[in-house]
Amino acid sequence: MSPDSTPTLRPNYDVLAIREDFPILAREVFGKPLVYLDTGASAQKPRQVIRAMTQVMEETYSNVHRGVHFLSQACTDQFEAARETVARFIGAREADEVVWTRGATEAINLVAAAWGRANVGPGDRIVISTLEHHSNIVPWQLLRDGTGAELAVIPVDDAGEVDLDAYAALLADGRAKLVSVTHVSNSIGTVLPIAEMARMAHEKGALFMVDGCQAAPHMAVDVQALDVDFYCFSGHKTYGPTGIGALWGRKELLDAMPPYQGGGEMIAHVTFEKSTFKAAPHKFEAGTPAIVEAVGLGAALDYIEAIGRDAILAHETEVAEYARERLAAVPGVSVIGHARERGAIVSFTMDQAHPHDIGTIVDRAGVAVRAGHHCAFPVMERFDVGATARASFGLYNMKSEVDRLVEALDEVAEIFGR
Amino acid sequence: MNELRELYQEVILDHGRNPRNFRRIEDADGEARGDNPLCGDRVHVYVKLDGAGGLGDVAFQGRGCAITTASASIMTELLKGRGEAEARRLFDLFHAVCTDEAFDPLDVPEEFEEELDRLLVMAGVRQFPMRVKCATLPWHTFAAALDGKATATTE
Repeated sequence: MSPDSTPTLRPNYDVLAIREDFPILAREVFGKPLVYLDTGASAQKPRQVIRAMTQVMEETYSNVHRGVHFLSQACTDQFEAARETVARFIGAREADEVVWTRGATEAINLVAAAWGRANVGPGDRIVISTLEHHSNIVPWQLLRDGTGAELAVIPVDDAGEVDLDAYAALLADGRAKLVSVTHVSNSIGTVLPIAEMARMAHEKGALFMVDGCQAAPHMAVDVQALDVDFYCFSGHKTYGPTGIGALWGRKELLDAMPPYQGGGEMIAHVTFEKSTFKAAPHKFEAGTPAIVEAVGLGAALDYIEAIGRDAILAHETEVAEYARERLAAVPGVSVIGHARERGAIVSFTMDQAHPHDIGTIVDRAGVAVRAGHHCAFPVMERFDVGATARASFGLYNMKSEVDRLVEALDEVAEIFGR
Repeated sequence: MNELRELYQEVILDHGRNPRNFRRIEDADGEARGDNPLCGDRVHVYVKLDGAGGLGDVAFQGRGCAITTASASIMTELLKGRGEAEARRLFDLFHAVCTDEAFDPLDVPEEFEEELDRLLVMAGVRQFPMRVKCATLPWHTFAAALDGKATATTE
């Protein structure tokens, strides 16, 4: 008899009721009930989000910050209310510190371009970690190549934890201008000690930016308590729609930064000689924004808050730890990354089979996992694997779904040998 | 036979585990690296000409899934000793086997009748659209090596 395959041990966390909110979870794949273990790549959407977006389009839609008519006001109110929801969700002091972006990738590009070009020069250093997603590597390489700055990388140990001594050494000479790291590794689940790392950066005069994509949907985030300078996350990984995300930055930093892109919406006045810009956050939001998506993201964050992030974290941790345990017991399977603090992501390899082959075979059993490099080539290199299979969990996953994954791995062993 | 068993036939598993011609050709006349950006798989294909318009030796190295590895391995066996033009026609045929739903083994030109069985081993990928690129990457890389390009990609 397998360990508890019932939904949850937590009486207050009704995972079956939560699953009812996600229409897609009721579908079958190849004749089997879908087991969706790819929330780290993108989360499924609850009815509350779908409804909120439909409501805007059916009842209040128009462009924002433009017209004097009724709908423009109504839609602007909803759009700006969503910004306030984001601010509350991450503990920002005020909504004006929240900039809408297409996602975390654009948020990091925005900081690299707008803050970077104004503040970084030859000899300066940008510090990232080995655990970064390509979206927190490539924008800094572009900045480096454009400014003559240096890009330095904090190494990780065999468990997948960042080496804080090496980090301190990168900060020591005071040349580091900005540290940008992920809150939770998308490939192996390590939770970074953000508050401590931010304190270390500030002591040496560097700013601190966090890619919160894998943290915001799963745990309480308070940018003031963490004492960071920039924080960003993507809507679609937070049970919201694609095409929307948020960058939070300290007011004084945003105010001092030049615009990112030029166009409508971000200007105060335009002549052919010169244009003046609106104040932050609007000066970073050129063009008509993703209005419906912003409202959808607001609804997603309300949804998460209604369940409670502490409850979500407890539930997901239970499911993910169960997965680690069960996967580690499968012959030939190696779990990659054993950080003490870890999120709901379990990456693994199997001696007999390549992750792609694992992905294809478990897919036919209705189980969706990611197989590949997870947009983190340097992590794959660090652990000397070309790719991994990754099960990433969301607030709707159950231990019985872990059992389904492990059963499907039996089919892999059946084909490739034990 | 179910689709998974058809994909992972014994021949493929064997070539995946024990790839043939898995080596570097030091004095290659052409070589190219092929990347599948979707998954990070990578193959390096080496071609040595025989001086008479033919392929004296074809070998590969790299890291990839069973499908990529087996496809590369079978490819090297199929290509060795062929003329360049013939090799390209074989690539076209292989591509049809992997992607063309209407592919009919009876339409195969006479010159490749003997090769057909080894090409058909890969036909299982047709039921797995996400995996077609795994099968075709080594061939695209071979074509790039022949054309003197340094890299190939499945994109």
